Amino acid sequence: MSLFRADNLAIHFGGIKAVDGVSFEVHKGEVFTLVGPNGAGKTTIFNLISRIYDPTHGTLHFDGHEITEVPPHVIAKLGIARTFQNIELFEHASVLQNLLIGRHAHRKSHFLGELFFTKATRAMERAHREKAEEIIELLDLAHYREQMIANLPYGVRKVVEVARALCTEPKLLLLDEPASGLNVEETEDMAFWIDDIKNDLGVTIIMVEHDMSLVSEVSDRVLALNDGRMLSMGTPSEVQSDPEVIRAYLGGDA
Amino acid sequence: MQILVSGIAQGCVYGLIALGFVLIYKATEIVNFAQGDMMMLGAFTALSFIGFLGVDYWLGFFFAILCMAVFGYLLDKIVLRYVIGQPQFAIVILTISLGFIFRAVAGIIWGHQPISFNTPFTNQIVNLGGVIIAQEALSIIVGTVLLAILLYIFFTHTKLGVAMQASSQNQLAAYYMGIPVKVIFSLIWAISAGVSTVAGVLLSPISLIDAEMGFMGIKAFAAAVVGGFGSLPGALLGGAIIGLSEQLAGAYLPAGFKQITAFVIMLAVLTIRPEGLFAQIQRKKV
Amino acid sequence: MRILFKTSYNDDIRLMKHGGYLFWYGLLLIAAFSAPLLLDDFYIGELAQVVIFAIAGLGLMVLVGFSGQVSLGHAAFLAIGAYTNALLIQAGTPFLIAFPVAGVVTALSGALISLPANRMTGLYLAIATLAFAIIVEQILVRWESVTGGFQGVAVDAPDLFGHQLWNPWELYLLCLVVLILVILGVLNILRSPTGRAMVAIRDSEVSAQSMGVNIAKYKTIAFSISAGITGLAGALMGHKFNYLSPDTFNIIISVQLLLMVVVGGLGSVHGAIYGAIFVGALPQILALARDVLPPAVAQTAGLEPGIFGLIMVLFILFEPLGLYGRWRKIKLYFDIFPLYRKATFKRQKAYLKTERMK
Repeated sequence: MSLFRADNLAIHFGGIKAVDGVSFEVHKGEVFTLVGPNGAGKTTIFNLISRIYDPTHGTLHFDGHEITEVPPHVIAKLGIARTFQNIELFEHASVLQNLLIGRHAHRKSHFLGELFFTKATRAMERAHREKAEEIIELLDLAHYREQMIANLPYGVRKVVEVARALCTEPKLLLLDEPASGLNVEETEDMAFWIDDIKNDLGVTIIMVEHDMSLVSEVSDRVLALNDGRMLSMGTPSEVQSDPEVIRAYLGGDA
Repeated sequence: MQILVSGIAQGCVYGLIALGFVLIYKATEIVNFAQGDMMMLGAFTALSFIGFLGVDYWLGFFFAILCMAVFGYLLDKIVLRYVIGQPQFAIVILTISLGFIFRAVAGIIWGHQPISFNTPFTNQIVNLGGVIIAQEALSIIVGTVLLAILLYIFFTHTKLGVAMQASSQNQLAAYYMGIPVKVIFSLIWAISAGVSTVAGVLLSPISLIDAEMGFMGIKAFAAAVVGGFGSLPGALLGGAIIGLSEQLAGAYLPAGFKQITAFVIMLAVLTIRPEGLFAQIQRKKV
Repeated sequence: MRILFKTSYNDDIRLMKHGGYLFWYGLLLIAAFSAPLLLDDFYIGELAQVVIFAIAGLGLMVLVGFSGQVSLGHAAFLAIGAYTNALLIQAGTPFLIAFPVAGVVTALSGALISLPANRMTGLYLAIATLAFAIIVEQILVRWESVTGGFQGVAVDAPDLFGHQLWNPWELYLLCLVVLILVILGVLNILRSPTGRAMVAIRDSEVSAQSMGVNIAKYKTIAFSISAGITGLAGALMGHKFNYLSPDTFNIIISVQLLLMVVVGGLGSVHGAIYGAIFVGALPQILALARDVLPPAVAQTAGLEPGIFGLIMVLFILFEPLGLYGRWRKIKLYFDIFPLYRKATFKRQKAYLKTERMK
């Protein structure tokens, strides 16, 4: 069942066609990966989906609605969450506070209720806290709960990025290079977590990744891009053996 | 016609202050709220040379620029260097505070009575096609244009100017390229202080020099905003627009409107087209 | 050093994290409320001024410290709150209604000014607030039919259920109660989604947006709250001075508010209080200093703002966390003695990365 669909997506920055004529469909419960050399437009597509950019052409459909014109802060409420390539966490807050921001999309309290911190508000706060704790347990972050992001090592920050996105209870999760900068062990852990997110939480995942072993391990389908255009789409092994893809990565024959 | 000329002349002063201020912003992303006060200090320094010491006008002018350039350089080296990279509000508060210190010090050294000195343009007039224009006003306009051309050539055609642009966009990368970033920033401050001094000296025949004259620096922000923060030609154009509008408001609108014209225009620009005339802000790439 | 063992989610949420809080703050409250019994009228008046400053400082702190937006013209909100309150009372509205209404009106004006400047970097907001303050001052001067222009407005003592609070200690207690309510309100907001959203915007707008935070909305909310609180402080100021005129609320006051926030320490409620105490005490110290300094320096008109400026510069350069930051460092030193390392609070060397590519 199709959860997300991009039709003829394109964005032009002046003369540069960062993304051109990209169409793909993501099914519920699958892990769909975008691969391609640097500059291929993968993160740009993410930015288009989370509506940080406006597309020049094309449409986006999610869960039966068209989201091409939706403002960026509504995307989280609709059920799409994302992580950022260059970690955009809140540096001067603790891990827990970062995760609680992730709960913002599910805020039901009113301003006046918060001002006087009514029983209802308190109950809602407890519920948010509990939900954040579930994610902390899932991703083994209990040890870091109260620590400030600025003091954490890179690998942990990447996990916190994912955790924060999960706190929004998304239907679709966009992971932007989740394994970049991680060592072998941390990448293994990430692979397990992606599986857990997919199987236990039932979240659909679109991933951008360079680490081919991770891609083969967790992905159901792969889309290879180059220069903003689609090269090849299929299972990981199909795409990896596609001659066009090989040429894009390794260069053409002399 | 008089209104036109005095409006543009006043606008040029705003523009020059805005120029100095945009220079610093473009290079170091520091918003120098003390720019107007630097103009004030420049004017007082010139006063000391020309008025008190009796030095020849042009020589005194030159010395004042030199002194203030050194002052600007030292200011960066001793104080501002240490706040680069800190959040905006810290820097904003810092430069505002510096402005206060300058005013207090100026009051202590030169007293609080408005004062002036003789310039070659004082009380001279020029007859342009039947219209009588004060030379003072004309000197401001001509001076501004000359300075603008000079700066343009500097920034686009000299190595130093290009290096300044690089340092402003990504300090760390500029370091890696071997650019002596700290020195460059201090030089920018020096240039900026010099430009403000020019503004102050050109202004002095029209409005007396006193410790509070830096307050028009706030209107210079309006000029920079209108022109588009970070754009040098924009700063001058913005200044001209505001100077002109003020004079027109003073002539045709009830009392009190003249004082707020600059700010109303600025707020209007911020609402309708926040990037100003020559937009410089772009979206961060995540 | 206390190690907290939390046994329920409530422990994370509540304000008094452990018994120690209750004890020390309880003592503080008792001291604050019994001050009128111990001090004479002049000092009570000064204390009331400090409390009013603290309220205004909190207002500014909400904006600058918690949502990261700089306002240079906060005196304008003091003015709006003060005049609204005074004029409503003159028209016959009871104090208990005029006071909150003044706060609401000021909050709305805060929302108004944030609408245009919302869309650009904080720098524009700072300049826009300055422009706003100047425009407000002009309006107060020119709109003579309402505000009395330079003649000013006389303000009676607040009238609570028929009893007028002419005694300094009565006014002081009123201000104290308002301060406590404001502090509680601010703390509540901070531990709730609204407060978190505001802090998120300060640190990373893009990711806050991706988490569902409507940036424009929350910036406006932050501004409204800040303006509203400051408006209440302004209203109290009117009652304290028994007189209002446009130049009561000048740039010096805006600077004093900034000084409070910087010196006290950005981003904390404690900071606002410390800052208020500092700014309240400053004129006394200055008066003493004037006797010591050479006449040329002492008599100069711009001395007060000059000294303020100098203090702010020193704090920004050497103690950016403010007095509260210094207090935390001292506390930490004693808590983990002898393991304290200076590097705990050392700032990372920061490089300039252009904000224009935001």
